[in-house]
Amino acid sequence: MMEMKHVKAEVNGDPVEYLCDPRESLLDALRDRLSLTGAKEGCGTGDCGACSILLDGDLVCSCLVLAAEAEGKRIDTIEGMADGETLHPLQSQFLQHAALQCGICTPGILVAAKALLERIPDPSDSEIRYWLAGNLCRCTGYDKIVRAVKDAAVEMRRT
Amino acid sequence: MALDGAEIRDFRVVGTRPVRPDGVDKVTGRARFGADAYAPGMLHGAILRSPHPHARIVSIDTSRAAADPTVKAIVTRADFAEGLEDEDWNILENVMAGDRVLYDGHAVAAVAATSALAARDALRLIEVRYEQLPFVTDVDEAMKPGAPVIREGAADETVPEGMHPNIVRFHENGHGDVEAGFAQADLTVERSFRTEATHQGYIEPHACLAQLGPDGKGELWCCTQGHFAAARVCAKLVAIDASQLRVTASEIGGGFGGKTTVFIEPVALALSRKANRPVKIVMGREEVFRATGPTSSASMDVRIGMRRDGKITAAQGEFRLQGGAFPSAPMEFAAMCAFAPYDLENVKSVGWDVMCNRPKQAAYRAPGSPMGAFAVESVIDELCNSLGLDPIEVRLMNAAKEGARAAFGPKYRRIGLIETLEAAKAHPHFTAPLEPGQGRGISCGFWFNHSGETSVSLALSYDGTVSLSVGTPDIGGSRASMCQMAAEELGIPYENVRTTVADTGSLGYNDISHGSRVTYASGLATIEAARDTIDKLCHRAAQQWGIDREAVYWQDGHAKPSGPNAGEFEPLSLAEIASNMGATGGPIAGHFEITPQGAGVSFATHIVDAEVDRETGAAKVTRYTVVQDAGKAIHPSYVEGQFQGGAAQGIGWALNEEYVYGEDGRLQNPGFLDYRVPVASDLPFIDTVIVEVPNPGHPYGVRGVGETSICPPLAAIANAVSNAADVRMTHLPMSPPRLLKAIQENAVG
Repeated sequence: MMEMKHVKAEVNGDPVEYLCDPRESLLDALRDRLSLTGAKEGCGTGDCGACSILLDGDLVCSCLVLAAEAEGKRIDTIEGMADGETLHPLQSQFLQHAALQCGICTPGILVAAKALLERIPDPSDSEIRYWLAGNLCRCTGYDKIVRAVKDAAVEMRRT
Repeated sequence: MALDGAEIRDFRVVGTRPVRPDGVDKVTGRARFGADAYAPGMLHGAILRSPHPHARIVSIDTSRAAADPTVKAIVTRADFAEGLEDEDWNILENVMAGDRVLYDGHAVAAVAATSALAARDALRLIEVRYEQLPFVTDVDEAMKPGAPVIREGAADETVPEGMHPNIVRFHENGHGDVEAGFAQADLTVERSFRTEATHQGYIEPHACLAQLGPDGKGELWCCTQGHFAAARVCAKLVAIDASQLRVTASEIGGGFGGKTTVFIEPVALALSRKANRPVKIVMGREEVFRATGPTSSASMDVRIGMRRDGKITAAQGEFRLQGGAFPSAPMEFAAMCAFAPYDLENVKSVGWDVMCNRPKQAAYRAPGSPMGAFAVESVIDELCNSLGLDPIEVRLMNAAKEGARAAFGPKYRRIGLIETLEAAKAHPHFTAPLEPGQGRGISCGFWFNHSGETSVSLALSYDGTVSLSVGTPDIGGSRASMCQMAAEELGIPYENVRTTVADTGSLGYNDISHGSRVTYASGLATIEAARDTIDKLCHRAAQQWGIDREAVYWQDGHAKPSGPNAGEFEPLSLAEIASNMGATGGPIAGHFEITPQGAGVSFATHIVDAEVDRETGAAKVTRYTVVQDAGKAIHPSYVEGQFQGGAAQGIGWALNEEYVYGEDGRLQNPGFLDYRVPVASDLPFIDTVIVEVPNPGHPYGVRGVGETSICPPLAAIANAVSNAADVRMTHLPMSPPRLLKAIQENAVG
């Protein structure tokens, strides 16, 4: 058995420490060691985006990052998106639009969409579709997702 | 039993669009899916899979793995039940290979170890010696004399003598005299078609957490479309009593039919029993592709005769589907659904179920129907083009309506095909101008819809709110619809009902969430359980007022006195009666158990515009409209979602998705990079029109909507692409290489 690595990082504003196998993905560390199961593994190869998180502000697939690489870094996950009991506009618009069916892709899509709106506050339909092209949804055909993101952008520009 | 049929009534809650009850959990990451469960002392399981498409297992040496201190249990086929028969045996054989491996990815052994990485490492320590055997992965090749035999004696009595052993089931349906019909035709078109196998492509890989003790008592948590069926099958496969295995359905990250059976669950149970510790198994995506439910691939011939005015005089089809290394291809559904939209005097369909060295096919949204519709609706499109006829007018002329005899036998009750065609004709999409290089396609589609065993329980709380327990996993927002139907019937607010998918220990047997049955069957049972509750509420009111039960009726959430007593007593609300139910006779709960018989069939008409790049062969859908009969849309947003999802999966199947097997018989593209499902930038907005022709078999008129939405897309898109490229596309998917080749051959020819 390989020697475990000790990692210190910040997750959703909280300091965390964990031990991980050097081969372990950040996704597995978040889920299995920190009990943050909001990020999902849909493929393990960076093709589906269900494990999307922010790493020092960059949108990444956490299945493609080693747990040991998170040393000293800031991590934002779906669990940190709502402000206390107030949902983020993206979260509430997804509910209003019924932009989820099974919901397995939803955390990754919300994290990715938030990263989009922080860069482009007024995205076109095409910008939304190409930005989210790395996040697979098999249930919805993306129609209601794109509409929800657009309406969340409107709501966020208003406030 | 007699059900009262759809009522014409004003709905208060039904037809609105409330936020789903599991919504906040799902946008905050709190919802617990298959892989999100953990247990004290838990081990991690991993499964060793065959690299060969067909081989005899000479030996399995587990001694090195067993010596690894992280390994706590190893299982092979010897650790599962013996003496199973029929489909139970098929499932076991698919879950863990017996003396032969039958496809690339077939499970041969499994380990449980102290971590997921340790379990994967341990698999490398297991040594399997194989003797490779000849294999076949193509449906037409598998039927030929001399083709490698998957298994002798698998055919049932429907197969005529002298056929190849790989041909395991035969089906035929129809009526009239097709040859006499063809003689009356002004034009007859006959074409052959192929569709490649696709995968349901749910984003959540199969995952479970199992605990089985030496006392034969077990617990299983898994993502499944049917936990009652999972309990039944798992219990058989690990030889315990079904009632001793309590199964809880996790939130489920997509199924589309692919989670209606079991793969890893019996393996986790067997490992757990051996280690006497909980075992979690989570599939990787490659395993999902190699070893779980692809669809059948199909090879089909369709011949249709038409008069100059558009009347179909005869129609005939042969549908050959391979379902992997087991008898299971849904060829009868292809044969039955293909001509179902039309009222035909002369029609004949036959189907062949063929075995190949591929994984056991699993249901995928209206299994069989999309392929059949692709073949039939393509030929109708070609006939319309050749005769200069409007594709919707021709379909209207031939459309089935109430009383028509379906190609598959029965006479239709009230159906909504014509209404979908009329709505499509009236939609601005149908007459919108096309850009150069674009083509338009139309197709109808049909699915039976299913009913199945259904059991529902509804309990009142002291504060007047309601707990509704259903046994059908929620695969697309059905808990919202259940809350709506219960609230509607009881006359209380939507928010006062909470719907739970109960575990197998808490409710009578429920059939799987499949066949578009949930909103229909669990909805019907919910309404009837609410009526049972209302009866009990009225009894309590009658008792309090000292009058007969028959003198009390229920309206707007209140018990009210009627007849000579009208106005004598203040109405009692549900909350008032519930508040002292303990003192007035005990807890109040309603129940209903049924296998309903009135699942209304469903039709759709789709309009598609597609654009073809003649230099690259790339096709893109530029506009899409779904028109479908929902009977009654309980939650219209989730009905639209089903329409859009089915269309999107159809776009993937038509344009990109395909199981590619190499010369070595191995799956070449077991990942989302090479098996390309539609991404957001591939698709347009998908417009929807909900037609509501009530189903007389449901109190509110509901027809299932989940599956019909994938029946027309293959044909509608193929027709659009064929019209855009000016060449008839007969092989799906119309991936760029295939479409480019067709364009180039057409130019030369």
